[in-house]
Amino acid sequence: MSPSLRLWVALGAAILLAGCAQTQKPLYMWDTFSRHQYDTLLHEGASPDSQIQAMEQHAVKAQGANAALPPGFRAHLGMLYLGNGNADKARELWTGEMETFPESAPYMKQLLKRLSGDAAPAAGEKGPA
Amino acid sequence: MMHRFILAASLILLGGCVTRPAAWDYTNFQRAKPASLLVMPPVNDSPDVKATPGVWSQATQPLAEAGYYVLPVTLVDETFRSNGVYTAHDAQSIPLPRLRDFFGADAAVYIKVNKYGTSYSVLASETRVEVEARILDLRSGDLLWKGSAFATSAEQQQAQGGLVGLLVQAVVNQIIGTATDAGYTYAGIATARLMAAPKYNGVLPGPRSPLYGQPPVTQ
Repeated sequence: MSPSLRLWVALGAAILLAGCAQTQKPLYMWDTFSRHQYDTLLHEGASPDSQIQAMEQHAVKAQGANAALPPGFRAHLGMLYLGNGNADKARELWTGEMETFPESAPYMKQLLKRLSGDAAPAAGEKGPA
Repeated sequence: MMHRFILAASLILLGGCVTRPAAWDYTNFQRAKPASLLVMPPVNDSPDVKATPGVWSQATQPLAEAGYYVLPVTLVDETFRSNGVYTAHDAQSIPLPRLRDFFGADAAVYIKVNKYGTSYSVLASETRVEVEARILDLRSGDLLWKGSAFATSAEQQQAQGGLVGLLVQAVVNQIIGTATDAGYTYAGIATARLMAAPKYNGVLPGPRSPLYGQPPVTQ
């Protein structure tokens, strides 16, 4: 095959590929957020402190890059702080989740109510074993 | 030789676009217009106990990038636990109105993991994750969408375009340098293939996507 024909075939393939593949920019900076959620869901005693540290760095990085933090990021970080006994920080972050994503308001309000109230244990505290 | 290779490659690419099952009926989905999704703990039909956390934690990213608010799965997990619900099976049996009351989500995502993990044989080992999902409207109970996908270490990792490709790359990048279980990696690829949007017969883009409101992908 001549070099120019080869180029045309390659271009054709590229166009076909582009047809399937629209380029799109991610909405959020994910970093290792999914991994942190996985570690928490495993219930294998992952250290909240190292997660808090990594997530705070992630937040700084996102701010520097003018990128949005994903849904649930603030909520999860708040839960980690609550696990460490820092209820004020949890309240601040859950309120932040609600302000950033109004769709979360019904659930966040429930959690905040439980946090300040005397009702059932809030998320982040251990339920009955 | 080269000629034949390029021809074959073009056919594979073309084939990737052309082979299509019957189109999903999006009437319910387009009427419901969900904005927030509650991903329920995935029911695990595989012998690997890490299937539920693996698939659950990987489900948020494709749905959030598709333009939905996804309720934080770790808090949802704690909420279930503090209410005495410890298994995915029990959680998935909760009546829809109760979920709607507590979580306030528009729709819930019910995932089942059919295969998860690595099987070893004399010649080669294969890590495989197979998932299926349904999205139910929590207000009406309507089925909005369903689909299935898999990922396996046995396939050639070919270049994949669009958001699915981007998400798969993100999963792979996340793994490099981390000692981790292979099932988690392929769970990420399988969930991206299952729920990233837009895709033929896939989940429709949600309100936070620039593609929201566009007609379903027809090719």
